[in-house]
Amino acid sequence: MAQSAEHVLDHLELFRGPEYQQMLDKKKMFEDPREPAEVERIKEWTKTPEYREKNFAREALTINPAKACQPLGAVFASVGFEGTLPFVHGSQGCVAYYRSHLSRHFKEPCSCVSSSMTEDAAVFGGLNNMIDGLANSYNMYKPKMIAVSTTCMAEVIGDDLNAFIKTSKEKGSVPAEFDVPFAHTPAFVGSHVTGYDNALKGILEHFWDGKAGTVPKLERRPNQAINIIGGFDGYAVGNLREIRRILELMGIQHTILADNSEVFDTPTDGEFRMYDGGTTLEDAANAVHAKATISMQEWCTEKTLQFVAGHGQDVVSFNYPIGISATDDLLVALSRIGGKDIPEQLARERGRLVDAIADSSAHIHGKKFAVYGDPDLCYGVASFLLELGAEPTHVLSTNGNKAWQTKMAALLAGSPFGQSCQVYPGRDLWHLRSLLFTEPVDFLIGNTYGKYLERDTGTPLIRIGFPVFDRHHHHRSPVWGYQGGLNVLVKILDKIFDEIDKKTNLLGKTDYSFDIIR
Amino acid sequence: MSLATTQSIADIRARNKQLIEEVLKVYPEKTAKRRAKHLNVHQAGKSDCGVKSNIKSIPGVMTIRGCAYAGSKGVVWGPIKDMVHISHGPVGCGQYSWGSRRNYYVGTTGIDSFVTLQFTSDFQEKDIVFGGDKKLVKVLDEIQELFPLNNGITIQSECPIGLIGDDIEAVSRTKSKEYGGKTIVPVRCEGFRGVSQSLGHHIANDAVRDWIFDKLEPNGAPKFEPTPYDVAIIGDYNIGGDAWSSRILLEEMGLRVIAQWSGDGSLAELEATPKAKLNLLHCYRSMNYISRHMEEKFGIPWCEYNFFGPSKIAESLRKIAAYFDDKIKEGAERVIEKYQPLVNAVVAKYRPRLEGRTVMLYVGGLRPRHVIGAYEDLGMEVVGTGYEFGHNDDYQRTAQNYVKDSTLIYDDVNGYEFERFVEKLQPDLIGSGIKEKYVFQKMGVPFRQMHSWDYSGPYHGYDGFAIFARDMDMAVNSPVWKKTKAPWKETPRAKLLAAE
Repeated sequence: MAQSAEHVLDHLELFRGPEYQQMLDKKKMFEDPREPAEVERIKEWTKTPEYREKNFAREALTINPAKACQPLGAVFASVGFEGTLPFVHGSQGCVAYYRSHLSRHFKEPCSCVSSSMTEDAAVFGGLNNMIDGLANSYNMYKPKMIAVSTTCMAEVIGDDLNAFIKTSKEKGSVPAEFDVPFAHTPAFVGSHVTGYDNALKGILEHFWDGKAGTVPKLERRPNQAINIIGGFDGYAVGNLREIRRILELMGIQHTILADNSEVFDTPTDGEFRMYDGGTTLEDAANAVHAKATISMQEWCTEKTLQFVAGHGQDVVSFNYPIGISATDDLLVALSRIGGKDIPEQLARERGRLVDAIADSSAHIHGKKFAVYGDPDLCYGVASFLLELGAEPTHVLSTNGNKAWQTKMAALLAGSPFGQSCQVYPGRDLWHLRSLLFTEPVDFLIGNTYGKYLERDTGTPLIRIGFPVFDRHHHHRSPVWGYQGGLNVLVKILDKIFDEIDKKTNLLGKTDYSFDIIR
Repeated sequence: MSLATTQSIADIRARNKQLIEEVLKVYPEKTAKRRAKHLNVHQAGKSDCGVKSNIKSIPGVMTIRGCAYAGSKGVVWGPIKDMVHISHGPVGCGQYSWGSRRNYYVGTTGIDSFVTLQFTSDFQEKDIVFGGDKKLVKVLDEIQELFPLNNGITIQSECPIGLIGDDIEAVSRTKSKEYGGKTIVPVRCEGFRGVSQSLGHHIANDAVRDWIFDKLEPNGAPKFEPTPYDVAIIGDYNIGGDAWSSRILLEEMGLRVIAQWSGDGSLAELEATPKAKLNLLHCYRSMNYISRHMEEKFGIPWCEYNFFGPSKIAESLRKIAAYFDDKIKEGAERVIEKYQPLVNAVVAKYRPRLEGRTVMLYVGGLRPRHVIGAYEDLGMEVVGTGYEFGHNDDYQRTAQNYVKDSTLIYDDVNGYEFERFVEKLQPDLIGSGIKEKYVFQKMGVPFRQMHSWDYSGPYHGYDGFAIFARDMDMAVNSPVWKKTKAPWKETPRAKLLAAE
């Protein structure tokens, strides 16, 4: 018996001992397993160009996608408003999934309710669920606003949110003047970034365009403020705070819309804050008067920006700005639109990032990278890699479209380091597996699921993306701006040095290169 | 230490009753009436816990429950390692449930094992409008081509499938024939069916019956020589290796485990189970259906057991042994004796650090009752418990064998109720899920996830008990809980003393 009270063995070690190994060997006779040689043959076959061709010929099957569904993005955006409870109309299991998913990434609570529709609602529609649900949520959780979105069930049966909310108010579920913005967020269209876009647009539309016909539309009186939209972002906590710091340094009056940097980073001090921080409802309404709206993620905000532009504002979008040039572009745009100079402090921060890259670039230069994730994140990471003299080789986005592909291709074409890179919209991580076997790279950048690729192909994974379940707290530090660029640089360098050490630490064999100074 | 232990049973009962009254005040009248039936204070001697269960959740209250798909794909089918499980419909369901249940298995993932892959038909609008059967046909073909060593395929329906009138059964039959009788199992576990995960378990059990058992050759030769000691482990999902630390005890006492349902399980094991002499049922809730079916159809008796904590383990080993001859009965005694020194050492080390501490549970399946014994073995007291998706037979078992007088019972509890209960009862530890974990930790209450074992485990068996004890100790006695208040702020309120 290996177990003992002095040194308790858990799953990491317990099963490696002879007792368990013999037991598992004996279990095989009941499993009717494949011949080991056959398993080996197929395993090797999956690494070949021939397999890759079959893999890329897939038309219907998706394996290990790097995307989630719309309502997740809707919930993520909704909790970024003060006192707002996301309410997802449809089956209840979905809400359990969104809450778990976000909690596993942020290591934070995520409050959200469902209208718990079941078979009868599938037949008769979910109106009664909406009526009861809004009344219960309002009484129990005392929100300032309830932001409604939908699961695919409600979308398939065609529930009309606008009419349902109106009826619910007539029935007294919530006061007539209580804010209940809504967005239809079908899971079978787009991805979580689409849901973010739809939910945010729904909320702005509610405040700006007369609250579903119940009050006059707001008349825009332009002021000097700038609205900022972060987009769906696993680093929202760190990134939104960094953007706020930059805007404050520049002295630009601003509103961060859907600011969930507080609610996903509350203190442990004896109090559970179901709601915390967030864009105030007043600020959300007044955001109509801003002179411009800046989106940090173009493909998270296509409809929202179109809506905002329709109200007469300038709109500018970025693609997850990481590194020197991307931050330069952001600051120059902020300065131009906000009419403020870029302070010396930011110039010094820029210089420090350049300094750090100069110190370290010899270790990164020429290294090949595969990158996957949301479309904007891929763009931001790839553009930073180009600045570092690294060579992005495969860039893949399951929820990227043709327009994304074109823009990515243009970025890569503009750099000598991007010449050998291919862009893959609409592909999944099983495609990427084939790519990593047939055209290997030095490092992989992606979310937690990339660890399966790391295991299968031996490509070291640098975790940048969403979700990151198996490493803690990285979301608290920014990846945007010069400071964020520094964080990303360190993440990449740490992995590079760890890999060099791993490859040079055999005593008396390879350890002549086990250098103490690098 | 919490206040709860300093009060008499009568005081606790009165407090808990009052607490329920207070909590119900927040609701609109209709909701209060409905919720009142799910909350109660257990009275010793009663045959159940006096709550209604397995009833629809109320809209808008923040139920913690999931859906039928979660019960089928996430719980019952997902762990079968040599079959490909398709999340059939839009991308989300499969994505959120991808790899999160920690169903351990041994196999070459992506080649002959597929548990931690996310296969989905990723429905788009056109699939909703024109139906998804054609796409499903293609999905099955592509799986066959790219994963030739899969031993079978299941189709796990997401909400839209049942709403758009797809005929996944017809597709399954046709493709099975085309692939020479391949096992292809359509499962109607659309998320809107039923009131929780529970119906998904039932539907998944029925699918095993209809699409695996009913297709077996009635007189087919067994693939191994049967023995009088062949048993199957039913309802153990091998979370963190639970089924392994259970199997080792059964084998040490002389039994032969011919199948694991479904953690680290395979299609061959499912097919072989009708040859078992006894089915050992751990998670009654999720797999009683198929156990009853095997009893009726194949005459296999089934026996519930509990491998959490040494008291229940010993009781269970003897209960199981009673179905067999003296050789096995002696084997059970030998196993109990062998592990007694480990049990003694674990209790000696951890009980003094946990004695008298109170626990509140809110979990699914078997755990709201099954883990109580393990806590008691460590001197801890469970002061409140409830089931996410239990039925009345779960509450009967709880009342008759597990909970103490005046324990607070909450069925399908929601965020609001659970927080109020915790505020009032001030437990020293909460065991629940990921959605609850951070809420209560913010409140300064130590917490362990009791679905995933908080990324630890196994917790089953004697080996698991040592890990369970270590984990509960590290949660309750972590120094961090003494740091939740800044020293310059006022004295913490009573509830913050929970971890003192």
